[in-house]
Amino acid sequence: MSHSSLSTTSEKPGTWEPKIAAFFCNWCTYTAADLAGVSRLKYAPNARVIRLMCSGRVDPQFVVDAFAKGADGVLIGGCHPGDCHYVEGNYKTLRRFEMLQRMLKDLGIEEARLRLEWISASEGEKVKTVINEMVAALTALGPLNLPQRFSTWDEEMDKLEEAAQQQPQADHNEKTEVVHAS
Amino acid sequence: MPAKPKIGFYWCASCGGCEEAIVDFAEDILGVLEAVDIVFWPCAMDFKKEDVESLPDGGIAATLLNGAIRTSEQEEMARLLRRKSTYLIAYGACAHMGGIPGLANQFSREELLRYVYEECPTVVNPNHTRPAPSFTNKAGHPLSLPELRNVVRSLDQVVEVDYYVPGCPPTPKITKAALEALLKGQLPPKGTVLAPDIALCEQCPRKASKPTNLSFAGFKRPHLTATDPELCLLAQGIVCMGPATRAGCEAVCICGNMPCTGCFGPTSRVRDHGAKMLSSLCANVAPKQTKEINEVLAGIPDAVGTFYRYGLPTSLLRRKVDLPMNNGKEAR
Repeated sequence: MSHSSLSTTSEKPGTWEPKIAAFFCNWCTYTAADLAGVSRLKYAPNARVIRLMCSGRVDPQFVVDAFAKGADGVLIGGCHPGDCHYVEGNYKTLRRFEMLQRMLKDLGIEEARLRLEWISASEGEKVKTVINEMVAALTALGPLNLPQRFSTWDEEMDKLEEAAQQQPQADHNEKTEVVHAS
Repeated sequence: MPAKPKIGFYWCASCGGCEEAIVDFAEDILGVLEAVDIVFWPCAMDFKKEDVESLPDGGIAATLLNGAIRTSEQEEMARLLRRKSTYLIAYGACAHMGGIPGLANQFSREELLRYVYEECPTVVNPNHTRPAPSFTNKAGHPLSLPELRNVVRSLDQVVEVDYYVPGCPPTPKITKAALEALLKGQLPPKGTVLAPDIALCEQCPRKASKPTNLSFAGFKRPHLTATDPELCLLAQGIVCMGPATRAGCEAVCICGNMPCTGCFGPTSRVRDHGAKMLSSLCANVAPKQTKEINEVLAGIPDAVGTFYRYGLPTSLLRRKVDLPMNNGKEAR
């Protein structure tokens, strides 16, 4: 299983910065992020923004995949309830989010790593606040670094591989009783 | 007379149900025996590992391996059978996706061993004896046991797999179809799951009663509900994995008035079975406010066990991510 990493730069120890995958809806939150830029608001540069037509397009697979590929946090931004361009999309997101967050907690991913925010097109300031808050929360939690954990998990299989290469053919006459478990 | 192709069967971390599925061929097994030579089947016939080792590499036409991989011995056998087999087939949900044993990926090895050998209510073990990988008995004989791995894996996370036969267990019909395809050499591209690539709802006899707009005001659990034997189970508020699960079983569970639990895994377009089912199901919860939504979602008390019942090891996260490795050493 290969996992391409979300990071594009090689990280030196001690220089870790949280990486956030941010899924923003086209009509509200992305426009708000645009407004934050036009207004020259300064906020943490840790979010990689992915624009979708609706927060309802955020398949839970995208969220889990972002974590698996190295994101430390995932932020979903959509229109306020009642304001969805597609009427119901953000309600679907809210329901999925509630269950996903509960399930991710059961799988060892802290609640603060997944955040859902309603940010309307005029709320550039809120984009700044939410991203800054999330960077602070993730910095306090530390790196999630799943790609590294996956390769650590699989190290236990390398032992057998190495042993197999060192002893290509086991001696069948050896007086060793092998008790098999299954 | 040309030599018959050689077939092997092997089991790893499994319940024996997949072996049972072969026996379920009933008298058709005779037809299989006419067409092939079984060279390895430890569950049913007397073969030893040495018999496999003495075969040339690729000497077995196909091995159907069932069960997840979670010990050093199973890893070793998977590697050996991979080398000796032209086609290695992951047979059944455990070899395909990790299966029920894969749910152990929610716990550390220490938690599992402590529960099974000490805390389980039916266990009496005052000396806290645990299995040790090596031990010398009083007569001075060195004894060894396979090592339990920290992580439960599907077969393809350990060795290359050519085809998958899904199911818990696979039905005789799809097993027969897979064997026929092998014997006739009519095989799809490598890596294919040998079952229809459509959702189970397409094969479901209750499909006509599935509402266009599902809406869940609450979830019911099958053992606490008098289930209508005709109506779509989702329409009755029962979690049925049919919409996210591959067809091929011909809806056997639903015909028995029980919901699909997802043993055939997802279709080829879905990477993470559980996340996709969560998406489909939870989007259709009726309420719009957080508090009320959570009251409905509380009807699914074990999200991981519901959505990843057969596939936690092959899900995107594979395992509870903050578990320690190697008896307490944190893997961060």
